Amino acid sequence: MLNKRCGKQSIGFVNQPVIISTANIGGPMEGEGLQSKYFDIIMKDNINDLNSWEQCESYMLEQVITRASEKISGSVENLEFILAGDLLNQLMSTHFAMRTLARPFLGLYGACSTMIESMMIGAMMIDGGFANLLAGAASSHHDAAERQYRFPTELGVQRPPVAQWTVTGAGAAILSSTGSGPKLTYATVGKIVDMGIKDPNALGPAMAPAAVDTLITHFSDTGRNPNYYDMIFTGDLGYIGKEMVIKLCAEKGLDLSNNYEDCGCMIYKEEQDTHAGASGCASSAVVFCGYIYQMLCKKNYGKILLVGTGSLHSPTSYQQKESIPCIAHALAIEV
Amino acid sequence: MQKKKVTEKLKKQYQDKVDKIIPKPPIMKNLLWAFLVGGIICTIGQFVQDYFISMEIGKKDAAACTSVVMVFLGASLTGLGVYDEIGKRAGAGSVVPITGFANSIVACAMEFKREGFVFGIGAKMFVIAGPVIVYGLVTAFIVGIIHWFRVFY
Amino acid sequence: MQEYVIAFAVGGIICMIGQLLMDLTNLTPAHVLVLFVVMGTILGGLGWYQPLVELGGAGATIPLTGFGNSLAAGTLEGVDKYGFLGIFNGALSATASGMMAAIVFGFLMAVIFNPKG
Repeated sequence: MLNKRCGKQSIGFVNQPVIISTANIGGPMEGEGLQSKYFDIIMKDNINDLNSWEQCESYMLEQVITRASEKISGSVENLEFILAGDLLNQLMSTHFAMRTLARPFLGLYGACSTMIESMMIGAMMIDGGFANLLAGAASSHHDAAERQYRFPTELGVQRPPVAQWTVTGAGAAILSSTGSGPKLTYATVGKIVDMGIKDPNALGPAMAPAAVDTLITHFSDTGRNPNYYDMIFTGDLGYIGKEMVIKLCAEKGLDLSNNYEDCGCMIYKEEQDTHAGASGCASSAVVFCGYIYQMLCKKNYGKILLVGTGSLHSPTSYQQKESIPCIAHALAIEV
Repeated sequence: MQKKKVTEKLKKQYQDKVDKIIPKPPIMKNLLWAFLVGGIICTIGQFVQDYFISMEIGKKDAAACTSVVMVFLGASLTGLGVYDEIGKRAGAGSVVPITGFANSIVACAMEFKREGFVFGIGAKMFVIAGPVIVYGLVTAFIVGIIHWFRVFY
Repeated sequence: MQEYVIAFAVGGIICMIGQLLMDLTNLTPAHVLVLFVVMGTILGGLGWYQPLVELGGAGATIPLTGFGNSLAAGTLEGVDKYGFLGIFNGALSATASGMMAAIVFGFLMAVIFNPKG
C-alpha cells in the first residue's frame, strides 16, 4: 500500500489531479471591483428576480458548476461527484442547488475555507482512484450571511474598521484524473486553532494564527520553504489578517513579504468602502476560479500555494461568549 | 493546568498584538455625525411636538402624538431602504432616537418576511426591540415597587 | 428659535454618549438601546430626568432615554392613582401610543416593503 502521507498533516498526491476548468460568478458590487475582468458572470443585483437571498445563492452555485462543465464541452451529467458548501445553516443554498443539478453530492462546511476543502477532498478521491471527474464548489451571499450571522440588512448599524465584507459570489473547479492543466501536488489538512479572539467583526485576526499554523506545518512536512512558490494566497484574511500573518511568520523565521497576497484584499476597490477587505466562501472561490486559475493556465504562475481560511463560529457560540475557532487548509498547485 | 496557563498567556499576548494593529474607529468623526444626526432628529421631534401643542390637545397627548409620528417616520425610512444608509454614517445618532427603535422593529420584520407572517414578521420583529421592552418594563416595575413602599409605608 | 437649538444640543449630546459607548466598548447598537432605556427609567424613577425634559424638550424625550423616562413616570403616576396595581399598569399605559405605533407601523412597513440588502 503506497504511503501518500507526508509529515504530520500533509498528503503528496501520486496520481496528481488536474484542474481542467473553472467558473465564477459575482454580484454587482464584486463586478465593479478589482476582479471585474475575471468574472464569467456578473449579476445585475443581489437577488436576480428570485424570491430570497438564499435562492439567489443557489442560483449562483448552479450557474458556476454548469458553466465550468460547459467550458470543457461537457455537461453537469458527466460529473461523477460534486463537493460543495456555503455559509448558511444546514448548507441551505447548496442543497437546493444540488437538488437541481441532481448529481452524487457531498456537502461540506469549512466556512470560508470550503472551496479549498472541496478541492482537497476531491483530489484525494481522484488520487485514490475513486473518481475520474468531479467538481468542487463554494458560494456565499452578503445579505444571506448578514441576516444569519449579524443583523438584518436594513438595520442602521455602523461596521467597525476591522470588519470585512462577505462576498456575493460562487466558484467551481472541475478536477480530472487526466488532461492538461494545473495539477494539485500537495495538500495540508489544517487543525483548529483558537487564539481567543471573540469579536465576530475581527475575523481576519481570528483566522491568522490558523493560517500560520498550517503554513508552518506545510513547509516542514514538504521540506519546502516560502520562496519555492511563485505566490502564496490566503483565502480571506483581509488587510489586517494579512498583516498579522506576515508578522507571525516572520517571528517563526518565514519570510512572506515578497510573494504573499490575500484573496480578500484582491476583490474590492478602496472606494467601495468595505473596510478591512472581503470574506466569505466566495472570497477564495471567485479569485481562484478566475484570476489565479487564468494566471496558472497562462503560466504566469508556475507554482502556487492556496490556503483556505475559515472561522468556525456560529451565532449561538458567539452569544454564549465563546471565542472563534479557526482552521486553514493548504493546497499546492503547480503547472 | 500548567498547559492551560501557558495557553492563556499566549492568547493574551496574541490579543495584545491584534489590539495594536486593529485600526481604531474614527471617534471624532463618528461623534460629530452622531451629534448632528441625533440633533436633527430631535429638532424635527420638537417641531412636531410644538405643532401638536398648538392644536391645544394638552402636553401629555401632544407628547404621545409626537412619538407616534416619529415612529412612523423611522418605520417609513426603514421600509424605503434609507435608514440603514443614514445609520452607516450617523451611528448612535440614528440608533438612540425613538426612530432607531422603529428601525430595529421594521428591519427585522422586513428581513424575515420570507419566513411567513407568524414566525417571520410576527415573531422576528422583536429580535432587537424585545430586550428593550423587557428590560425597560422590568426596570419600571422595580421603580414602581420602590415607590409603592415609599408611599404606602 | 432657542428651544430648537437646545433640543438639537441636548439630543445631540445624548446621542454622542451612545456613540462613545459603541466606539470605546464592545457594546452593539442593541446593547446601547437596552442600556439607554434602563438608564432613562432609573433616572425617571429618581426624578432626575424631568429637569432635562423641561430644559431640552424633544431633545430629551425623543432619545430612548426619554422612552424609559415615560415608563418610569407612568409607573409612578399609576402607583399614586391605583396603588399596588399601578406598578403593573402604569408603564404600558403611559407608552401605549408609542408601542402601538411601533408594532402596527412595523407590521405595515414589513408587509409593503422588501429588504434591499
